[in-house]
Amino acid sequence: MVQVERAILSKNDALARENRGWLRRRGVWALNLVSSPGAGKTTLLVETLKHLQAQDVPVAVIEGDQETANDAERIRQTGAPAVQVNTGKGCHLDAHMVGHALERLEMPAGALLFIENVGNLVCPAAFDLGEARRVVILSVTEGDDKPQKYPDMFAGADLMIISKMDLLEHVDFDVARCIALARQVNPGLQVMGLSARNGHGMEQWLAWLQAQRSAWLLDGAGLPEDALRVEHSPQHGEPSATTAQQAAE
Amino acid sequence: MHEMSLCESIIQIIEEEARQHGFARVQAVHLEIGALAGVEIPAMEFSFDVVRRGTVAEDARLVIHTIPGTAWCMGCDSNVEVRERLQACPKCGSWRLQVTGGEDLRIRHLEVDDRAHDEANSGMEHEQTKQHTAGS
Ligand SMILES: Nc1nc2c(ncn2[C@@H]2O[C@H](COP(=O)(O)OP(=O)(O)OP(=O)(O)O)[C@@H](O)[C@H]2O)c(=O)[nH]1
Ligand SMILES: [Mg+2]
Ligand SMILES: [Zn+2]
Repeated sequence: MVQVERAILSKNDALARENRGWLRRRGVWALNLVSSPGAGKTTLLVETLKHLQAQDVPVAVIEGDQETANDAERIRQTGAPAVQVNTGKGCHLDAHMVGHALERLEMPAGALLFIENVGNLVCPAAFDLGEARRVVILSVTEGDDKPQKYPDMFAGADLMIISKMDLLEHVDFDVARCIALARQVNPGLQVMGLSARNGHGMEQWLAWLQAQRSAWLLDGAGLPEDALRVEHSPQHGEPSATTAQQAAE
Repeated sequence: MHEMSLCESIIQIIEEEARQHGFARVQAVHLEIGALAGVEIPAMEFSFDVVRRGTVAEDARLVIHTIPGTAWCMGCDSNVEVRERLQACPKCGSWRLQVTGGEDLRIRHLEVDDRAHDEANSGMEHEQTKQHTAGS
């Protein structure tokens, strides 16, 4: 008998820690956007990028998609640098894919990085990518019971955006019930409603981004350089490309 | 279906352990799956069956030990067992529960052929080891 006692996701978690360290050293604040297919991730991103770029905030995007490069194309049209990651049969991004995408992404230090995960309300919940914050988007057309049906996704999020609020009057989505269910799973969850179509709620979202990012930058400012360095234990096999890049610096 | 990726990670870890401990064949893989880990056991079994082909775990049985979910109830200040994330406290009915356990996914241990283990440690070829265990 061989005792193993290792977490099944230990490899992903180790790579996520590397990504997190890599991002921290460059002052890049990263968000992981998760939702079911079509909840409005790309639409919200496009609107957000327009606002941020108008204020000269450096931005970058990693687009996860099973097959196409359509979403990355929509993002590039705003002028933001974007890298497409096709997951093929995979139904989520993992830390390894994101590590490779980070190398390909031309991104100034201090940038705000958005990672659009594959549209799926189940699987992305299990995979830490190294993000600073996780945002789950739920559109009013999906029904207010989703936090109850897919609790893992809501349990792991920092913020829930209720999207497509312009359609609220046409559907029987009970906002209060949705928030109550989500907070039962995750008492500390922050919540905001938004419509990327008519712009209601955008101000609040942009303010949240700015406040969270500032707090994160302040948080890291006091840390000595080596507190941010992550060791790479040989037990984790071949060094990932992110480590190789760090070593080359 | 992230059970497929989970099983791919399991195989990666097993192959690393195989290199480290020098066994060529795994008879059983013991997993610990938390009741709140968001994993479907049948999907796990199906995926494992697919990914084990052509690996050291080719013939391995999957043994799953389910770990109950636990939570701290702020209503009655006690530790309780829970079946899912969204439920009321079984003791006092409060909804103010903070999950404290049952979210982990771990490989506990592997049952490997001890003879294969010793032979591989004494530097025998994998092929020979395999033939040996197949005949035993
Ligand atoms: N009415 C309304 N429609 C919206 C809004 N946001 C997005 N949509 C529409 O919803 C559809 C899906 O939007 P996307 O932004 O592509 O959604 P997504 O989450 O990126 O989708 P995937 O990447 O495929 O998972 C599109 O037809 C959008 O025009 C909104 O605020 N209001
Ligand atoms: Mg999209
Ligand atoms: Zn109680």
